[in-house]
Amino acid sequence: MTAPHAAHAANAARHSDKEAARRSRVLMKGNEAIAEAAIQAGCDAYFGYPITPQAELLEWMARRMPELGRVFIQAESELGAINMALGAAATGARVMVSSSSPGISLMAEGMSYMAGSATPMVLVNIMRAGPGLGSIGPSQSDYFQATKGHGHGDYHVPVLAPASISEAMDLMATAFELAERYRTPVMVVADGIMGQAMEPVELKFRCPERRTFDWALTGASGRPARIVRSIDLQPELLEKRNLDLQHKYAEIARREVRWAGYLLDDAEYVLVAYGTAARVARSAVDKARAKGVKAGLFRPITLWPFPSRELARLAGRAHGMLTVELSSGQMVEDVRLAVEGRCPIAFHGRMGGLVPTPDEVLGALKALRGKVERTRHAQAAHAEAAHAAQEGGTK
Amino acid sequence: MTVHRDTRAAPAGPAAAGPAAAPAGSTTGPAAAHSADPHAPRLVYARPEVLVDRSTHYCPGCGHGVVHRLLAEVLTELDLPAHTIAVAPVGCAVFAYDYLSVDFVEAPHGRAPAVATGIRRVRPEAFVLTYQGDGDLAAIGTAEIVHAAARGENITAIFVNNGIYGMTGGQMAPTTLVGQKTTSSPAGREPSSMGYPIRITEMLAQLEGVAYAARGSVADAGQIGKLKAMIKRACQIQLAHGGFALVEVLSNCPVGWGMTPRESIEHLKGPVAQAYPLGVIVDRLASAPKDTFAETCPAPAHPEA
Repeated sequence: MTAPHAAHAANAARHSDKEAARRSRVLMKGNEAIAEAAIQAGCDAYFGYPITPQAELLEWMARRMPELGRVFIQAESELGAINMALGAAATGARVMVSSSSPGISLMAEGMSYMAGSATPMVLVNIMRAGPGLGSIGPSQSDYFQATKGHGHGDYHVPVLAPASISEAMDLMATAFELAERYRTPVMVVADGIMGQAMEPVELKFRCPERRTFDWALTGASGRPARIVRSIDLQPELLEKRNLDLQHKYAEIARREVRWAGYLLDDAEYVLVAYGTAARVARSAVDKARAKGVKAGLFRPITLWPFPSRELARLAGRAHGMLTVELSSGQMVEDVRLAVEGRCPIAFHGRMGGLVPTPDEVLGALKALRGKVERTRHAQAAHAEAAHAAQEGGTK
Repeated sequence: MTVHRDTRAAPAGPAAAGPAAAPAGSTTGPAAAHSADPHAPRLVYARPEVLVDRSTHYCPGCGHGVVHRLLAEVLTELDLPAHTIAVAPVGCAVFAYDYLSVDFVEAPHGRAPAVATGIRRVRPEAFVLTYQGDGDLAAIGTAEIVHAAARGENITAIFVNNGIYGMTGGQMAPTTLVGQKTTSSPAGREPSSMGYPIRITEMLAQLEGVAYAARGSVADAGQIGKLKAMIKRACQIQLAHGGFALVEVLSNCPVGWGMTPRESIEHLKGPVAQAYPLGVIVDRLASAPKDTFAETCPAPAHPEA
């Protein structure tokens, strides 16, 4: 084959790759895409209870899991669902539950037991607005619940927050990986928009490798009996159990922090947002750049462990940060803790199922810039005055 | 199976001993059971291997130990210990896994039937057993037990009803008798404000998913024998994929009831058994033996039926 022919062939191959990728893209609803990604990631059993805005996830599972000879149960409540998950997961099965905010509250009990007994499981929360019954609109009002210890006791779970449907699909495999690697429940949080919206996605899936577990309950045949439990009435033993958990959390915090940046290299103003809010913030960054403002976006993907170190590094050279959330300001507390006063932090959020517009965010950014610049001017004037006074004094 | 000689004083375990019951400890040699010498002492009472050789944390006179013993015997007789995954409750029996050496998972309070459902569905080959008390099953866990039963989950549920929250110090349970004094009904259970006892096994027996529901008692040797037959039947039903099987065990709580063990047994035989009638409430497989079940798992004769 002559060189031009080879080039032509390579081009054709590239073209057909692109074409294949285009053809493999389908329009999928977030809830359904998440469900299918979990199935393709090897989910053996799903337990759920109907609640808006995640009902399609349960419905997808109701159809697909029996097709594949896997387990689907519509439980009597979210309490039932999470405890079925506990039983199935204790035998080493790859298990998932999903719900939305009020149902997630009911699942807190089971999550605490699973964290305490080190049982792997993936829980998806398609968040709605609260408190109480609230409404079914998109919200990020469960950040505290997800990251600060969902149920009782002294524990964490890794929390993954996708900002697009294709990212959500990829993170489902990651969630099962983390759950099994660290023997822990893992939470995936997305808001109602992520669950309900449709986006073109490539049908690319990952299935984490199967591990054998030396703790799974399979019947004590030819080995001593195993116990999956969280109780230890002896304080010393329970403290050891807690310390073991904390060591595990330290390792997760060291190794599993995930985040994404957009136009951060020269950013003077850093917007911090996750999930749907990050997409609004990204549009605001583009608009700010068009006006000559050096803005960038820092998007945590793991809400726990929070990318504190990375954010602190940025804070050293940023003029200010603006956190955008679909809440009254929850993640912003972690931003402040990470930044430790290195730069001013502002917040903009909407509640009740409302989503801020990019222009709204731009307005908040303008206010932050104004404040930062006024402070800078005042500081410069103060420094100048002090300098002048010092000069005068030495004369 | 290795037969271990039990050197402790025999608890009320004539079910195991049969008609030739003799106190444990009367055997003298480790090989007694296999001795060809007709004058050698005969082994009549041995600890099933699955029953761990240790003292329990239960109060003196408590019925839980008898129920554990019966379970150990039935599991052993049906060759189940190596296939069993059991669910421990919250309550006095939370440490059941310290006494029965089978795989165990601890459930949150009341959730054992849901936990067992999860196990059942992903481990079709396992023998799945739940063990719950009356606060656990008949109060906080009513939704879980009702729906596991309604789904006809193929599990065996042991429900120990002693009419009180023992572990937390003797508070009123949903099963506490009218007039009974507890630490949270110090003047006695008064129905106008505290409601009536729940006969939950009769309630569950209404559900089509329930293959078997029975109520036994640990009050005396005869009743313990019948109780063992019920537990065995409830296990055999699971082995025959018959559906949900429940055995309620009327048991005593001398400490919680403020009685001596002997008084508590009299109370159990009297007012408690009057409020909660003993016997098989439903055995749907026995009355409709249309499948291979009849061959693989013949129904034992129930004296009460």
